[in-house]
Amino acid sequence: MSIEDLTNLPSELITMAHGSGGKATRKLIEDIFTSAFQPDGLEDQARLSNTALNAPGVQLALTTDSFVVDPIEFPGGDIGKISVCGTVNDLAVGGAQPLWLSAAFILEEGCEIALLRRIVASMSKEAYLAGVRIVTGDTKVVGRGYADKVFITTSGVGIIPPQRRLNSENIRPGDVVIVNGVLGNHGATILASRDNLALSTNLVSDCASLGHLMEAALNAAPDLRTARDLTRGGLASALNEITHDTAFGIEIEEELVPLHQEVSGICEILGLDPLYLANEGRLVLFVPEDQAESTLKAMRSIEVGKGSRVIGRVVANHPGVVTIKTMYGGNRIVDTHIGEQLPRIC
Amino acid sequence: MCLGIPGKIIAINDANLLMATVDISGVTREVNISCVASKPLEKLIGSYALIHVGFAMALIDEHEANRTLEILKNFGMASEMLQGTQNVNLADKHQEDLGEHHEIR
Amino acid sequence: MRYVDEFRNPQAAQWLLSKITKISEEIDRTGDNPISIMEICGGHTHSIFRYGLDQLMPTSVEFIHGPGCPVCILPKNRIDECIKLAEHPKVIFTTFGDVMRVPGTLKSLDQAKAEGADIRMVYSPLDALVIARSNPDKEVVFLGLGFETTTPSTALSIQIASREALGNFSVFCNHITLPSSIKALLDDPFITLDGFIGPGHVSMVIGTHPYDFIAKEYGKPIVVAGFEPLDLLQSLLMVLEQIRDRRTEVENQYTRVVPEHGNPLSLAAINEVYELRPKFQRSRPNEIEINRLSIRKNYRAYDAEEKFVINSDVDRHSVTAEPDGCACKLVIMGRAKPTECPKFGLSCTPEIPLNALMVSSEGVCAAYWKYSRMREIKVSI
Repeated sequence: MSIEDLTNLPSELITMAHGSGGKATRKLIEDIFTSAFQPDGLEDQARLSNTALNAPGVQLALTTDSFVVDPIEFPGGDIGKISVCGTVNDLAVGGAQPLWLSAAFILEEGCEIALLRRIVASMSKEAYLAGVRIVTGDTKVVGRGYADKVFITTSGVGIIPPQRRLNSENIRPGDVVIVNGVLGNHGATILASRDNLALSTNLVSDCASLGHLMEAALNAAPDLRTARDLTRGGLASALNEITHDTAFGIEIEEELVPLHQEVSGICEILGLDPLYLANEGRLVLFVPEDQAESTLKAMRSIEVGKGSRVIGRVVANHPGVVTIKTMYGGNRIVDTHIGEQLPRIC
Repeated sequence: MCLGIPGKIIAINDANLLMATVDISGVTREVNISCVASKPLEKLIGSYALIHVGFAMALIDEHEANRTLEILKNFGMASEMLQGTQNVNLADKHQEDLGEHHEIR
Repeated sequence: MRYVDEFRNPQAAQWLLSKITKISEEIDRTGDNPISIMEICGGHTHSIFRYGLDQLMPTSVEFIHGPGCPVCILPKNRIDECIKLAEHPKVIFTTFGDVMRVPGTLKSLDQAKAEGADIRMVYSPLDALVIARSNPDKEVVFLGLGFETTTPSTALSIQIASREALGNFSVFCNHITLPSSIKALLDDPFITLDGFIGPGHVSMVIGTHPYDFIAKEYGKPIVVAGFEPLDLLQSLLMVLEQIRDRRTEVENQYTRVVPEHGNPLSLAAINEVYELRPKFQRSRPNEIEINRLSIRKNYRAYDAEEKFVINSDVDRHSVTAEPDGCACKLVIMGRAKPTECPKFGLSCTPEIPLNALMVSSEGVCAAYWKYSRMREIKVSI
């Protein structure tokens, strides 16, 4: 069988030949990746220039993240979209303007090429929306069973303008805590998309890039303290991470935490706490109280920030501890979770 | 013990195997209705059942639920006369935020 | 009506709380000698902490957390048997998520899964049936766990398998009955309880009469309660009213779900498939007695213990083989607070639990670990 035959198999599956470094590899890269991402050159190296880099005080931000998700396509997104959003958001919440991404793929032998095409198209679209370019990448193929269809690692480079220094050390008691919309939609969507629970919902993942939202918030709140994107572990983990080893605590209110009715439904059925559900397009911001209104206004002017609202505030009372006030006036500690939340019957 | 949640029976899927679809806050799942199949199955549609581990374990009695709520309401009227209004907190301050998103629970 | 939000109304909760405070004053007890109300069911324990109701109580009223957590009273050797089953090369072991992290003698199911055992978490025993149908060359074992709430679901699943002649499905039965564990508590001379909040979802299956002995023979009030905050508060109020009026009755707050005589269809399924497990040895003094169930001979083809020849002595009386120096049994019986256990928070934490009480979402120790610090915290809003 010739290489041409291999790459034109009727079912169009990834074979080991696609990882051989030979003709099949090149054809795959040209057909699928470079045609979608259109990097400047075809060398193994992106050469980047940007006039902003010349300004004094500018810092470069670099981040990297690996993405595995089951199922690989789900309502509201797929692994490709997440791999762009996740890295863009890591840069954005650090105060960086995301500019360039690299993308490395580990493909499982037998993965459908049509699936790969859809994933790459969705990366390309999301990169366009987020205003970043995917400038370099890599592909490897592993034998069947050694990966789950597609794993993606993206790295991102952004620039942090002079004088912009987001840091949790800036947080002061009295600051307000803002989120940009309903929580847990991504985690609940993924759970419901898995066949084993046999649940049907109309939920879609919140998966989205937050670069523009962060810029809007930063412009509206000159003293914005810090931000975190809410990924696995949800709001609870992000808040705990921020208060860890600090001189302040956080108090949020159950009544103010926005949840989609179906997310509440899934949590009731499976006995999960929505505060720990994963998100892929949500962030938490800390701003001084007097800048809260203007921040909210700016955030709400952007699609992904329409649901922005204050959910609580920073306090000096209980350093390192996050609490939530229930609707009945009782309080409980929102702790870091031990491992993944498991569906329960008790 | 025993996580259970009310769900509305919206369709009978298999009368022989006693399987039905329930809606729980917009989330649907197929459940077994053996334990509530004491009346003609089509009459179950629209009723609420207590769902536990994929089984409808009990039909929820609307009349009884209303009776319980009525008792609570009477408490409320009695205590309101005694106490007046509730305390104000941050929740009230941000009440305007709450109203504007229909997605909120 | 969705039967959820209506029973979560914060304002009605305030009304109930003020009434609870008023009645507790009429009972005239102090914080040194509080009115002790035990919520038997772990689900109630969970709701109380989840909604912070414990902090809203007047100082003279105290919740004592009861033994109603089926994971917490699963003996360690049964976890070991689960792991042995799961590690069988032909077996797909299916279970509710609750037990995954509970430590056995050597490891937990979670660890066994990491080592390669085919263990799958399911939401329903029906899902285990689906796995059995689509894996005819495998043996699918479902871990049957829980009180009377859950028992009908596994009984019905066994009946479904039997009707389909689904030969590769079996249940590893660890079901227990709830009223027996309350009796054991009441026989304990060390315990001082003023009343009970009764388990709502167990009662929707068995009805309210199995608790008659609590009121009649032991002279304690009990109110069967729902799980929403208003249900719990109203039930507490009803118990307090009984105490104030010196009544001892079985009352039912959760009438929308719990019929007086339970659910005959569920009870028939339980009785058809299960029987009381024989006693292995005599009860040791001061130990909680729990009635455990096993699968009847007629359904032995679906009994994992028969199929895989498991005969670990499930002592009907043993609560759990507790590690040396632990106070698990005293805690389960409500005789000691988790914080009084010498291991609590030191060598036993949710990260490295010594026993199920520190793992289960309904485990009292886990709840204390997570929430008891709240007592020392001053919140500002």
